[in-house]
Amino acid sequence: MRTPEKKPLIRSGTVVLLGPQQTTPDVGIVLAELGISGPVALVRAGYQERESDDAALITALGVKTINLRLHARAAEVFAGDPEFARAYQERQNRLRHIQSFYRVRLDKTDDGARTIAARHIEPELLAQEDQVSVDQFRQLDLDHIRRCRALRQAFAESWPIRERPLIARHRAELAAVLSTVEALVIAGGHVAALLNRLKLFELLELAAGMPVIAWSAGAMVLTDRILLFHDYPPYGSDIAQVLDAGFELAPGIVVLPDPRRRIRMEDREGIQRFARRMAPGTCVAMEHGARVKFEGGVLVEASAMRLTATGLVEQGWTGPATQTFPPTQAAYP
Amino acid sequence: MTAPAILELERGPRTPEEVDAFFAANSFPIVSGSSITFVWRGAADAVHLKHWVFGLQSSQQLARMEGTDVWHLTLQIPPASRVEYKLEVVRDGRGEWIQDPLNGNLARDPFGANSVAHGTGYDIPSWIHHDPSSAPGRYDEVHFDSKTYGRRSFGLYLPARFQRARRYPLLVVHDGHDYLRYASLRSVLDNLMGRLEVADTIVVLTSSPNRLGEYADDERHARFLTEDLIPFVERVFPLDSQPQGRCLMGASFGAVAALSAACRYPGFYGRLLLQSGSFAFTDIGSRNHRGPLFDPVVAFMNRFRDDPSAISERIFVSCGMYESLIYENRSLVPMLLATGMDVRYVEARDGHNWENWRDRLREGLSWLMPGPILHVYD
Repeated sequence: MRTPEKKPLIRSGTVVLLGPQQTTPDVGIVLAELGISGPVALVRAGYQERESDDAALITALGVKTINLRLHARAAEVFAGDPEFARAYQERQNRLRHIQSFYRVRLDKTDDGARTIAARHIEPELLAQEDQVSVDQFRQLDLDHIRRCRALRQAFAESWPIRERPLIARHRAELAAVLSTVEALVIAGGHVAALLNRLKLFELLELAAGMPVIAWSAGAMVLTDRILLFHDYPPYGSDIAQVLDAGFELAPGIVVLPDPRRRIRMEDREGIQRFARRMAPGTCVAMEHGARVKFEGGVLVEASAMRLTATGLVEQGWTGPATQTFPPTQAAYP
Repeated sequence: MTAPAILELERGPRTPEEVDAFFAANSFPIVSGSSITFVWRGAADAVHLKHWVFGLQSSQQLARMEGTDVWHLTLQIPPASRVEYKLEVVRDGRGEWIQDPLNGNLARDPFGANSVAHGTGYDIPSWIHHDPSSAPGRYDEVHFDSKTYGRRSFGLYLPARFQRARRYPLLVVHDGHDYLRYASLRSVLDNLMGRLEVADTIVVLTSSPNRLGEYADDERHARFLTEDLIPFVERVFPLDSQPQGRCLMGASFGAVAALSAACRYPGFYGRLLLQSGSFAFTDIGSRNHRGPLFDPVVAFMNRFRDDPSAISERIFVSCGMYESLIYENRSLVPMLLATGMDVRYVEARDGHNWENWRDRLREGLSWLMPGPILHVYD
């Protein structure tokens, strides 16, 4: 498979990422601080069929809000353009297979890492082997993102969305709405559903340069790597996995929403290995009230937690991103 | 170790008032650390504990406390155990099996109900109870004409968020109506799907008029499932008709039926949930100690064990440590793993019963048919 060219970055202005908004939303305060008095455009495609249940959120935003209804628009496209829908579904099936195979490889790599880590050998060699394990995870992550990109690019070349009349019509409508708003607000929900709808309509290209405020799944899709994670799944244990590349409006960080519910914060070894696997990206755990702000793709301020390569969780991290590695790693060539 | 409460009563005085006070002050059986003390009160010639813990003597006599009508027996039971039992009260040479009148915990099954002792650390899972915050799925009985068996019916569960425009995985449950009655399957499905732990799934619940025959590697049963039932459901409902979207599940002989169908149609069923499978086999010869009903099972398992292959993609196997089938299930797992299939094996300190199977459903179903919990970030 040929390696796809990376698309040029979307031109970005102010991007503010927030922690979860379920309990006491603070997004309205953030809008006010940014001087945004509305109207704003809202994406709630992560909530799929419940996309339009937006009354409570609009109240919290406190400004005039236009729900872009990306999920409903996508449903209209699939119903009205069955040929495209079939091809799209095939691509999605393929992406799911790739994800599942990548996941199998992660598990086997994890098994190998544990087996080696249990050996009673000299600490220096063990540390080197540990680094090999981390590198293998990193390579798997990288290969997975490349394969996802390649598949999406091949699909885009075979099925140029701008040539699909129905999509083109929706994009024109979306562009018209976006020309009347001050900012784009992206809520959380199902991260893959959200990512796919944003990509289907190339919404972030249409909103280029506009302030974007996003949280949870919405924040995840704006980074360069979307990480799926849960240390307490109902089936016992799981390993974090990359879903896909994001839109890179908030580069260099890995967003981990709702960490107290999803991350084993006391597991120093697990956090250390995860932070090293994600390096040089900064692992930012975002509870309610957390904020990370980018200007033109550069991180300018933060108020969140950072998972460090020493295994500690740095409370009150203010950015910018720097990583400190344990000294044993330096010994690995 | 005898329970402190029993020791205290033994120290006396053993007056009727003291005995009454003892019963008023304790709940029964008395669980203390890793010991469980079974107690019965009344006139009898003998009292026995009857349980189904493979590995312990299945009938054990309770001792009468001298000068009282109190009978007691203490067993060492590992933490997190769940033990189903009855008491046999012997009078005039005749034994009567009864539920423990001092214990309100009952487990029902097709043969009635047993008393249940919960060891330290065993908690009834919260997700088995009706939860008003979980929207209920829809349940119907459906009749259809099959080529293999003629007219048959099955239970059909549609998830609460069911929409015609979406595609769903399919779960086929052997002895499905018993799972409803004795393993709280409806509440379990409502809750696990409501909590996003299990994918919204269409569930077909089958029951057989001759399960010991049809489930014992009968070719007609596999054909009925694969060529009659599933195509019928696929015609009527929006199913994700791929191996990854088809799961067969069953317990005991139902697990044999699921494995057998998957073997007869390799690659068709991508997910199997096998609970306490009656996977009897012989290493030499064909005689088995479980009786003629198991003969076709032994023949099937011996064939499979001779040449195991990747008939499915992902298999969840569970078994109780207190079952006689633990040996068969444990020894099957490495064979399944060696084929390259993704296998997860879970043991519990429980027996061959419906509540054991109920308690493993969350782990099994969420692993085989994961819901979007990993993808949803609110």
